[in-house]
Amino acid sequence: MAHGPAKGITRWLFTTNHKDIGSMYLWFSFMMFFLGGIFALVIRAELFEPGLQIVEPEFFNQMTTLHGLIMVFGAVMPAFVGLANWMIPMMVGAPDMALPRMNNWSFWILPFAFAMLVSTLFMEGGAPNFGWTFYAPLSTTYAPPSVTFFIFAVHIMGASSIMGAINIIATILNMRAPGMTLMKMPLFVWTWLITAYLLIAVMPVLAGVVTMMLMDIHFGTSFFDAAGGGDPVLFQHVFWFFGHPEVYIMILPAFGIISAIIPTFARKPLFGYASMVYATASIAFLSFIVWAHHMFTVGIPLVGELFFMYATMLIAVPTGVKVFNWITTMFKGSMTFETPMLFSVAFVILFTIGGFSGLMLAIAPADFQYHDTYFVVAHFHYVLVPGAIFSITAAVYYWLPKWCGNMYNELMGKTHFWLAFIGLNLTFFPMHFVGLAGMPRRIPDYALQFADFNMISSCGAFLFGAAQVLFLFNVLRTITVGKKASDEVWENPEGLEWSVPSPAPYHTFSTPPEVR
Amino acid sequence: MYKKAIQQYAWLLGMMVCTLASVALGATDSVERWGLNMTEGVTPLSKEIYGLHMQIFWWCVAIGVVVFGVMFYTMIVHRKENGAKSSNFHESTSLEVAWTVIPFVILIIMAFPATSSLIKIYDTSESELDIVITGYQWKWKYEYLNQGVTFFSNLATPKDEIYNRVAKNPNYLLEVDEPLIIPIHKKVRFLITANDVIHAWWVPDLAVKKDAIPGFINESWAYVEEPGVYRGQCAELCGKDHGFMPIVVKAVPENEYDLWLAEKREVAEKIRALTEKTFTFDELYERGKVVYEKNCVSCHQANGEGVPGVFPAIAGSAIATGVVNNHLEIVVNGSSKNVAMQAFRDQLPEPDIAAVITYQRNAFGNNMGDSLQPIDVLNYKNK
Amino acid sequence: MSSDSTYYVPEQSKLPIFASLGLFLTVFGLANWLNGAENGPAILFVGFLVFAFVLWSWFNIVITENLQGLNSTQLKRSYVWGMGWFIFSEVMFFAAFFGALFYVRQLALPWLAGEGSHDTATETLLWPGFVAEWPLMQTPDMAANGENAKVFGPDHSMSFAEASSLWTWLPFWNTVVLLTSSITVHFAHTGLKNNNRKQFHLWLGITVFLGVVFLILQAEEYLHAYNDLGLTLSSGIYGTTFFMLTGFHGAHVTLGTFMLLVMFLRAILKGHFKHDDCFGFEAASWYWHFVDVVWLGLFLFVYILG
Ligand code: HEA
Ligand code: HEA
Ligand code: HEC
Ligand code: CUA
Ligand SMILES: [Cu+2]
Repeated sequence: MAHGPAKGITRWLFTTNHKDIGSMYLWFSFMMFFLGGIFALVIRAELFEPGLQIVEPEFFNQMTTLHGLIMVFGAVMPAFVGLANWMIPMMVGAPDMALPRMNNWSFWILPFAFAMLVSTLFMEGGAPNFGWTFYAPLSTTYAPPSVTFFIFAVHIMGASSIMGAINIIATILNMRAPGMTLMKMPLFVWTWLITAYLLIAVMPVLAGVVTMMLMDIHFGTSFFDAAGGGDPVLFQHVFWFFGHPEVYIMILPAFGIISAIIPTFARKPLFGYASMVYATASIAFLSFIVWAHHMFTVGIPLVGELFFMYATMLIAVPTGVKVFNWITTMFKGSMTFETPMLFSVAFVILFTIGGFSGLMLAIAPADFQYHDTYFVVAHFHYVLVPGAIFSITAAVYYWLPKWCGNMYNELMGKTHFWLAFIGLNLTFFPMHFVGLAGMPRRIPDYALQFADFNMISSCGAFLFGAAQVLFLFNVLRTITVGKKASDEVWENPEGLEWSVPSPAPYHTFSTPPEVR
Repeated sequence: MYKKAIQQYAWLLGMMVCTLASVALGATDSVERWGLNMTEGVTPLSKEIYGLHMQIFWWCVAIGVVVFGVMFYTMIVHRKENGAKSSNFHESTSLEVAWTVIPFVILIIMAFPATSSLIKIYDTSESELDIVITGYQWKWKYEYLNQGVTFFSNLATPKDEIYNRVAKNPNYLLEVDEPLIIPIHKKVRFLITANDVIHAWWVPDLAVKKDAIPGFINESWAYVEEPGVYRGQCAELCGKDHGFMPIVVKAVPENEYDLWLAEKREVAEKIRALTEKTFTFDELYERGKVVYEKNCVSCHQANGEGVPGVFPAIAGSAIATGVVNNHLEIVVNGSSKNVAMQAFRDQLPEPDIAAVITYQRNAFGNNMGDSLQPIDVLNYKNK
Repeated sequence: MSSDSTYYVPEQSKLPIFASLGLFLTVFGLANWLNGAENGPAILFVGFLVFAFVLWSWFNIVITENLQGLNSTQLKRSYVWGMGWFIFSEVMFFAAFFGALFYVRQLALPWLAGEGSHDTATETLLWPGFVAEWPLMQTPDMAANGENAKVFGPDHSMSFAEASSLWTWLPFWNTVVLLTSSITVHFAHTGLKNNNRKQFHLWLGITVFLGVVFLILQAEEYLHAYNDLGLTLSSGIYGTTFFMLTGFHGAHVTLGTFMLLVMFLRAILKGHFKHDDCFGFEAASWYWHFVDVVWLGLFLFVYILG
């Protein structure tokens, strides 16, 4: 059916088009990134100096919690789903997602869910203040009343994720163009396929754990109450069974993006395609059996501790395979460093640094000293910010010309990169030091010996934030007044998406392309 | 239009950097600044963990040097602008095997010392002294098992320092009213639990971090070799004042420890004797103010106004201006409606409960004019 | 992989956004209600109406499209994938609750009783006198605080007592009913496959009937538990796990029965479903089999080994 987009607002409200939905996901996620970023800036402003100056501890905890929740569920995940929506049908040669109406439903749940979550800030007793990991009983018996809204927000955003994942699986397994065998799919498609399985497997578990909380809070059950025979630690097991795969949900699609960009700018095919696929699958598999590495200090029996330590360490192997393959892809290439490539290269370096600190955390006896300090905060920001966020940024620069038909401004893109790169390292590198020196996380005020590094971190955060405003500006500028881009955009890039005009037509492949 | 905004933003950043520079240059106080690394600590285990930490750190550095070395080499040499032509190789099973096996071997090398340390950490047998540590929102209770000594340890940093009204002292936020005293050269076992939410008891120098879980007891241990004062903090988010529940451990030679223990018992005896005594109103009010400021302010606030929606005000509260028995009930047995209001039955001796109730009924404009004697509290408890 | 040359991309649709609105109002109202706000039930009700109406229209459209022959075999396959993975996600939801049950029975209770790797002081200092047993009749709180406890265990458990009473034991009959219903729905399916409408209608009707019987028996069982046995949601971890597992299962049976009922009505009133085109019915029957399997797990771990 060859109809173009509808006119006016209904185009967005009622759309069933994967590109429109993808765009909405991406804009939504961008807004959430800014909102979560503003919360982070509140945190950093308070931590600029010792003493309480800007916010009260109660509110500080709400900021930490909402920052974590919004970045994870509101910024990174929807951004990846947005990219999946835009790219997967194009990459596999399909006209659209498999279930287009459900696709729009998955999206529209999110604004409602996050409106409800953010509105808790204005409720009596304040927003959730128990961290994004919401350990019971702080999040049950001792929680503010708004926790009920938080629980339902998690329920419906979980439903959204599950539907989104089902859609992606159906699209990939069922909508590929003739000749597009599994082992010919671009890695972005592969990593998303595996990510979708992770989502389907763990989002229901998250729903389960918040349901248990709901019952403990309102219906007198004893899941997390030792007095009735339950156990607060049970919460953590169920949560992290979700939570650890969740962190890979936030990185596997990033691996796919990087695997698309590096070959393009190295002008050389991806090295070790098959082993990349197997490595991704191994990471996903291992992610189900390492959850208790977040709980080394809760008093798990020795054998359990050892098991989870070994299993966690193992993840370094397949992840290493990915890193080595990227570097070998670059090796003896003919490289140029446009903005997407800059972000990708920084991704490889900084993600690896984050991986190294992850490996250190995996060593249980050492984790007794690291756990719940800023060393952990440094670790996960290194894998999330130059990991997930940089990969998304790289993807936007890389595919934006295809989406809107216009080329972004390269100078501005490079400026964005360097500001972000410097800002980010200023923000998060010193966190390793204060963490090792003994600064706990989730505190609004700290002892004097941590003062100097915290000050640097705070400056870095504001610099990084400024860089993101430049990004927004560049994107808007590209869409409105950018120079026309060619169909291929880059030099001989690989993939079906480059075989269609820029901007990509509203319905890409009404007859399936032939894939050789 | 946005130029102005950018200017302001740049100005803000500039100010931050200037403050930073001046603070860094003018730093003369006695705290150790720019601390970069984990402490070696003062127990054999803490030193072992430090060694392990350094070992895995250097492994990571070494791998990093190789990996990033190759990466930078290729990024510098294989550039299009340098005339590099791209090759087309894209597969090599032997390479894939190599970079699967080599990291695996490195991991095994790391796993050995890690396993052996872990086994030692888990060996809590044959302790010479047992201390039960209970986390409360937001303070610690220390109970010397079978020694008849129990006390609470609260943050001692004055609000004025926290709110930047006076200069901060070097132990800012890391000081308590009563530290935990332990003897050196003894295997001390900590039995760690919590009363309300999860806390974590962490002293870096002892390399002990263990979660305090309500309803369960976790154990850990330390063998301190050097006398000294070791500071730590609660390491699990436990609510509003999670950042304000420090831990101070003072390790002393055994004879000093014994003296301290005897003294502690005497003081407890004295307080018990006070239960019989009749206080004047003013004595009660003064004592109550002290008790209030130590035990109640974190929730009900110094001005008695509480935190709206979270902790109720005492000023004008129905209970504090109502029947005395209801007031006694909520302080002695806590609230069943909102468990954050804990039972102070075993936390405070009778004189202190009597005093704080008297204080609450007469401070913050609650001029009730009545007062309560310790013996009344005792009778209420035994009822 | 596809070899079809045309794809059907649906027109714009108002359904998704209203479905989101309905869902949002439903949970928003429920949350308000639980928090004691007066307008809660009203919002919940409106939300539910919106949601139900949207679902009604949604399925209506999907069915109409199919009847008009707009659905390619490829799209039908997408529906199959969709339903399959949806059921898998439900399996994981139950896995969380089963996991909780195993964790509590195998680890938490023994620890509370001073066994295993937590310190024995857990029992001596915190819960003196507590003994780990399953079904848990005496909570740690009761053991330590007697009359002053806040969390009491039940007076009786629901688990299987002795072989001689099997025939009067309600869960046994529930199992029989549910297992039978899985077989009857299969008969209905073969009937449809063989173009035997009568067989199809009959067995499907019986299946729905059995579903209802199961639900009635389950309600009976709950009433018995609450009124006679002192077993409630708040009687410690035993009541907690018992009601949460059987309760969520019951909720799924309700949904499954409803789905089958709709299929039944579609079949007899509208003559829907053909031997080679019966996805709606098949989806409902898969769901029904899934619910059945969950019950087997429950029967084993909650009742028999309880
Ligand atoms: C995108 C997200 C992401 C990713 C990819 C990772 C990756 C890893 N993480 Fe991380 N992690 C988080 C997000 C992530 N993490 C978050 C959010 C938290 C905190 C949650 C909270 O408490 O709020 C956390 C916390 C966390 C902890 C708990 C810390 C604590 O609370 O005490 C641990 C402990 O084991 C850990 C380990 C690891 C490991 C081993 C990896 C590995 O996957 C890393 C593997 C990569 C490499 C090792 C680098 C490349 C490899 C080579 C170059 C090969 C050669 C290398 C060697 C042989 C060493 N992480
Ligand atoms: C993908 C996830 C993600 C991302 C991208 C980030 C990004 C950032 N994070 Fe986040 N963080 C988490 C996930 C993430 N974080 C998680 C999971 C936690 C744990 C929470 C918990 O403990 O429960 C955490 C915790 C956390 C802490 C610890 C809080 C504590 O323990 O109390 C800190 C402290 O500095 C921090 C800082 C930052 C900063 C400075 C950024 C920056 O990168 C953000 C930069 C972005 C911006 C600044 C937006 C740009 C917008 C503007 C500049 C606005 C200006 C414009 C207008 C006003 C119009 N984060
Ligand atoms: C950790 C927080 C916390 C601490 C510390 C605390 N309280 Fe409370 N207090 C509460 C909460 C929460 C309530 C509300 C209880 C309810 O709603 O039933 C409360 C209620 C009260 C009330 C009844 C007020 C009213 O009218 O509802 C009194 C009196 C009181 N507390 C006295 C004290 C005294 C005396 C102390 C110190 C010795 C103290 N509290 C310490 C949290 C605390
Ligand atoms: Cu106690 Cu944090
Ligand atoms: Cu993890």
